Amino acid sequence: MTATSPPTVQTVIVAPPPARSRGRSVGWWGMVVVIATEGTIFLGLLSTYFFLRASSPRWPPAGVELPELQLISVFTVVLLASSIPIFWAEAGIAAGRQGTLRAGLLLSFVMGAAFLGHQIYEYTQLSFRWTDNAYSSIFWTTTGLHGLHVLGGLLISLVIQVKAWSGKLSAERHVSMEVFSLYWHFVDAVWIFVFASLYLSVHLR
Amino acid sequence: MATTEVRPAAEEPEHLEEIWEDDPGIPGFFSTIDHKRIGKRYIYTCFIFFAVGGVMALVMRMQLAGSDNTVLSPGAYNELFTVHGTTMIFLFNTPVLAGFGNYLLPMMIGTRDMAFPRLNAFSYWIFLFAGVFFYSSFLVGSAPDGGWFAYTPLTDKVYSPGLNLDFWGLGVAFVGISTTVGAVNFIVTTFKLRAPGMSLNRLPMYVWSMLVFSFMVIFAVPSVTLAAGLLELDRLFGTAFFVPKAGGSTLLYQHLFWFWGHPEVYILFVPAAGMISMIIPVFSRRPLAGYLWVAASLVAIGFISFGVWVHHMFATGMPALALSFFAAVSLLIAIPSGVQFFAWIATMWHGAVRFTTAMLFALGFLLVFLLGGITGVMVAVLPFDWQATDSYFIVAHLHYVLNGAVVFPIFAALYFWLPKITGRMLNERLGRVSFWTMFLGFNLAFFPMHILGFLGMPRRVYTYSSGLGWEALNLVVTLGSFAFGLGVLLTLINAVVSHFRGARAPDNPWGADTLEWATSSPPPDFNFEAVPVVASRHPLWDQQPLPVADSGIDDATRAFGPAGAHEHTTPITGGLRAAPETTMRIPEPTILPVVFAAGLAVFVVGLLVQALVVGVAGLALGLLGLAWWVWRIGEH
Repeated sequence: MTATSPPTVQTVIVAPPPARSRGRSVGWWGMVVVIATEGTIFLGLLSTYFFLRASSPRWPPAGVELPELQLISVFTVVLLASSIPIFWAEAGIAAGRQGTLRAGLLLSFVMGAAFLGHQIYEYTQLSFRWTDNAYSSIFWTTTGLHGLHVLGGLLISLVIQVKAWSGKLSAERHVSMEVFSLYWHFVDAVWIFVFASLYLSVHLR
Repeated sequence: MATTEVRPAAEEPEHLEEIWEDDPGIPGFFSTIDHKRIGKRYIYTCFIFFAVGGVMALVMRMQLAGSDNTVLSPGAYNELFTVHGTTMIFLFNTPVLAGFGNYLLPMMIGTRDMAFPRLNAFSYWIFLFAGVFFYSSFLVGSAPDGGWFAYTPLTDKVYSPGLNLDFWGLGVAFVGISTTVGAVNFIVTTFKLRAPGMSLNRLPMYVWSMLVFSFMVIFAVPSVTLAAGLLELDRLFGTAFFVPKAGGSTLLYQHLFWFWGHPEVYILFVPAAGMISMIIPVFSRRPLAGYLWVAASLVAIGFISFGVWVHHMFATGMPALALSFFAAVSLLIAIPSGVQFFAWIATMWHGAVRFTTAMLFALGFLLVFLLGGITGVMVAVLPFDWQATDSYFIVAHLHYVLNGAVVFPIFAALYFWLPKITGRMLNERLGRVSFWTMFLGFNLAFFPMHILGFLGMPRRVYTYSSGLGWEALNLVVTLGSFAFGLGVLLTLINAVVSHFRGARAPDNPWGADTLEWATSSPPPDFNFEAVPVVASRHPLWDQQPLPVADSGIDDATRAFGPAGAHEHTTPITGGLRAAPETTMRIPEPTILPVVFAAGLAVFVVGLLVQALVVGVAGLALGLLGLAWWVWRIGEH
């Protein structure tokens, strides 16, 4: 086959078209897509939970003592509320207020860590191991995966806090905060569904 | 505004090369984040896996060439069909399409790299490590042997005690990270990095197909990650997800697997169809007929494909209402597939067709896809499926779809785009010989399988007795498969020879219409010194000479012109019309992705051998990589 076009493409220089207002960063959009796929994982786990529940004659199986509801309800509030200081932190750095950024990040870190601490405590108190039956397996796996997401969030928060304290973030340059904030809200929001399915729906019926 | 001066090649080529080139030698090999180098690596690595998986198929066909053969032991046969299927789906078809996307998509939309170049490198390393991990099972003599969909309870620890299935489960969950990360990258790249003026209705059809591919990956892969992941929790740690006596469910596994498994068929088919929608118009010398209809069909296939998974489970005893629903939705998918088919025919009908090798492969695709599609409709019909399921009819159908309707487009793409990638033309005569050998071999190998299925030959049998009337057809199948293999070999030889001795490829050897042909062959590291300004669906046909942007004075438009190439940046655009928004700095080469990926690989090995130290070390390395990554985010 011989070439049917000139060997090089002829070009002409023109002015670029007019700009529109600056949108979100590519990192933010990337996190939106990551959240879509991570959310699908949790959706799959919760579907698994309800599939197993629907195909069992008794749920939870005989002899299983349900995890208690009171303390976890308190720490649910703590986790969900930890989104608020993240809002402050992000709005703060967007306005150039380093103090708000640092305080907000630290406060939400402490609240997230408290939630994770309680989750580990709860694991030591549970009457069932994750190998006992399908109920215990899905309970441990779902809460465990969520806990890993909290842990990952805390790690990222630490790195961003180091960045914040060493003055690497500013009103114009804080993409990692913008992206992390989205991630943290997601981790909190997912817990609403996990909590409702694994705790509320078996206690309140 | 527009000057009529014709641009000289590049103003300071040496200087630009210095800004964009990788470090030399081995450090550069590990630290590159150039989408073209990564795309090439993807494609070449995939073809190695394709060759290995193909040889396995040939060995299986030697075993089945006659009755009561003893080429393979039953156990070895089980390993081969499992590894063959897994290789072709997870290590060839899916990643090779991602590889072409990596190489082509940024150039088609007129940008200088992907939105997340480091993530791009990360996704390749994960893919490579997962492949090596999977194949290392042969070294310890326990290759996976539970079939490529690894149904429980066969694959439980009780019935498959060795490490075999652990290589499968961990490998599948691991490689899913690569596919997912790649999809995130394609989506954001397509939405935020298009050349100015490339509105969604001017998107090349291949870019549309990669967009649909990526969205399907985002919502389907989590399901197979769960299927394989929960299976591994059962196997490694003794959980009870799929253990009926402890309240688990084996059907649950099938739901989780096929909720990915059926979209996966379209995850493979959609980009392949996208390639065809690029190639047929170029060699018919006219635009694709029914552009909007074809784009809408791709999107429709993406949606419908999530509602058909139960047709893989028709024989498991489900409520009749569920069966009817899924049968109906499965039939529905014939409509958007048919729309594309007629669009391709109409394009050729109104065009002036040139029979190049790439076009021959596209035409061959039409025929095998037609057959695979028709048998697909047949098995969507419940009573027929109950007869055909788990017989060679299914083997025939799935190879017409996954081998025919995906591999033929990939070969068409190879003949079409390899000149752009290597700067050398492939030999057309050898290409035509290769096509006809592959096409005849393919039909000789897979068509008789339909009949074997009707004659009652079940899939996954390592041998059969004489006197069942299966010998003659099986011999034909074996001869056909070797002919197909020979055809593939001819193209591989063609590719290697052309790399050294092929004729130099001009910028646009086929007279094509899209932006990847506007740059040199092979393209410079920065793709475009100045980014094209798009005003048409077919820029190289309708916009002669091609308008390219100069560097605007503000942040929003600065990266479009040569200033962007000199500053190692690429423009960000937004909105449906791709209006300029800002400038993205392209990160410098870094070994961060390979370190992060290696950490995860060590973690997976730690899980496999149940060694706490190895697992913790891998996890620590992975978390360190993550922290380092967050630290290095540019904050722009």
